[in-house]
Amino acid sequence: MSYHANDKGYYGEFGGAFIPEMLYPNTEELRQNYIRIMEEPSFKEEFHQLLKDYVGRPTPLYFAERLSKKYQTKIYLKREDLCHTGAHKVNNTIGQILMAKKLGKNRIIAETGAGQHGVATATVCALMGIECVVYMGEIDIARQAPNVARMKMLGAEVRPALSGSRTLKDATNEAIRDWINNPVNTHYIIGSVVGPHPYPDMVARFQSVISEEIKAQLLEKEGVENPNYVIACVGGGSNAAGAYYHYLDTPEVGIIAVEAAGKGIDSGESAATSALGKVGIIHGSKTLLMQTNDGQITEPYSISAGLDYPGVGPMHAHLFKSGRGEFISITDDEAMTAGLEVSQLEGIIPAIETSHAFAIFEYKKFKKDDIVVINLSGRGDKDLQNYIDYFKL
Amino acid sequence: MKENRIKTKLKEDKKLLSIYFTAGYPSLNDTAEIIQHLEQNGVDMIEIGLPFSDPLADGPTIQESSTAALHNGMNTELLFDQLKKIRKTVSIPLIMMGYFNPVFQYGVEAFCKKCQEIGIDGIILPDLPLDVYQEEYETIFKKYGLINVFLITPQTSEERIREIDEASDGFIYMVSSASTTGAKTGFGEKTETYFEKINGMNLKNPQIVGFGISNSDTFNQATKKTKGAIIGSAFIKHLTQNGVEKIDEFVRGIR
Repeated sequence: MSYHANDKGYYGEFGGAFIPEMLYPNTEELRQNYIRIMEEPSFKEEFHQLLKDYVGRPTPLYFAERLSKKYQTKIYLKREDLCHTGAHKVNNTIGQILMAKKLGKNRIIAETGAGQHGVATATVCALMGIECVVYMGEIDIARQAPNVARMKMLGAEVRPALSGSRTLKDATNEAIRDWINNPVNTHYIIGSVVGPHPYPDMVARFQSVISEEIKAQLLEKEGVENPNYVIACVGGGSNAAGAYYHYLDTPEVGIIAVEAAGKGIDSGESAATSALGKVGIIHGSKTLLMQTNDGQITEPYSISAGLDYPGVGPMHAHLFKSGRGEFISITDDEAMTAGLEVSQLEGIIPAIETSHAFAIFEYKKFKKDDIVVINLSGRGDKDLQNYIDYFKL
Repeated sequence: MKENRIKTKLKEDKKLLSIYFTAGYPSLNDTAEIIQHLEQNGVDMIEIGLPFSDPLADGPTIQESSTAALHNGMNTELLFDQLKKIRKTVSIPLIMMGYFNPVFQYGVEAFCKKCQEIGIDGIILPDLPLDVYQEEYETIFKKYGLINVFLITPQTSEERIREIDEASDGFIYMVSSASTTGAKTGFGEKTETYFEKINGMNLKNPQIVGFGISNSDTFNQATKKTKGAIIGSAFIKHLTQNGVEKIDEFVRGIR
């Protein structure tokens, strides 16, 4: 049994392409070409060159000595926070902008929640000189002023999503509507392993560079390719998909996904999709999502804008349902406390998304000899105001 | 068994006017009155929108009506109750239109069974793709005598149009341009060419045009080479401005 997508884009019962006919030609063009293009030597060369010289890959795999000592296990941090633009998001946007060029597209659209994916998209569009429109919920625009300014400085147009709850879910709806209205010249760069096939698989493949590097780096440091556990936070789940990718079909590597419980799973203000979600359709994919009994998609909540999504990528839904992955929910408070601890033990201020992953040690004990890799998906600069408000710094 | 009302209607020698409205809008209990007025004023078919929180293929007008309808308290069970009552007094073909997730949560078979009991004639679910329908749900739709309506757009390839025509048993919903609902009004030269192309394909199913039709000019243009046309956003705007009492004025303005 494989935990990768099959040729129709299904992970077990999850995935597929539940899209209106208006989007069929767009996704079909992508579906027919993405693997072929990704395997072209010239594409691979340009992708890896940019990851190296522009993004700054490979990112280090760092042995966190003081953290390891405290939790009595061997903790390695995969430093995606050191990527250009401050998070793993850029691995995917580099890949997709090259894909868009190969497909002859001259206009890019994207959705963004906190603005990290928007910034990563605006960045690669500036790099390639391609027009860029980023949809962002009106409420998020107000909350994330520095990232809005970054996108504008990079030459992107930021369009407010005024519908629904005016956050990430609605920004995604608006981007999809834009794609319906501009089916020929536009490529939609989705920022996570969500959306209709082939997006979840394509984004996972672009992010798979994370686990490809972990394997080589662990071999060098520990003499083994496989850790005992790989841990990542999951909103839509792209950093997790990249960190798990080359270990999915290696059962001896434990996969742990950390979701945002917000103010608590039963509080009504949570984004813990595995605990609260049911099978349904969101943004063109059959997956687990938070919804009413009537099938209306509900509003998630998390202190971390990057985990504030009512669904989860179909790969993760399958990892959860099949039991291959262990899912743990972490509250706002637990995440913030863990973020502060990592800052003071290791001198690294993590993004609040990533801070959720660090809170796992309160829930799970590892053996002294276990090798535990945590994907440090992003840095905390963007969250400084949240940390300041929370800790009254 | 009685013939499906959509099929009977399609045999009439006239251009068909179909109207879409969002159930639960402007007020929760307007459904019956809207349907009654539409039938009385000579509309040929009605598409009843089951509101959804995230209507991807819709522009602002239908989005806002859906949000308002949900806020008013509309849900699947309630809509079924409303339709059950009104069906006893009207004979116009009724089509349920919505997104797949609410139907999936209700249970596809339970939903179809209920539709048959009430006297619903067809279903349009834009985000239920052809292949999934054929593999998983076609037998259920057929078992309950429901016509499933597929969409085609100017970007749909000829090969796929043939496939959709083969899978259809009623009419094809012909989206007039690459857009969400209510985005454009009127048709350019490109749309005319598209109408000509489809007309020339001699499909076995008649086509009914939707998106971009708002008045008698666009209705006449759209139906020159097709069986009929569907009006959605323009009707909802009319309801917003004039309420349910003046539906006759709207319909008279079309033909």
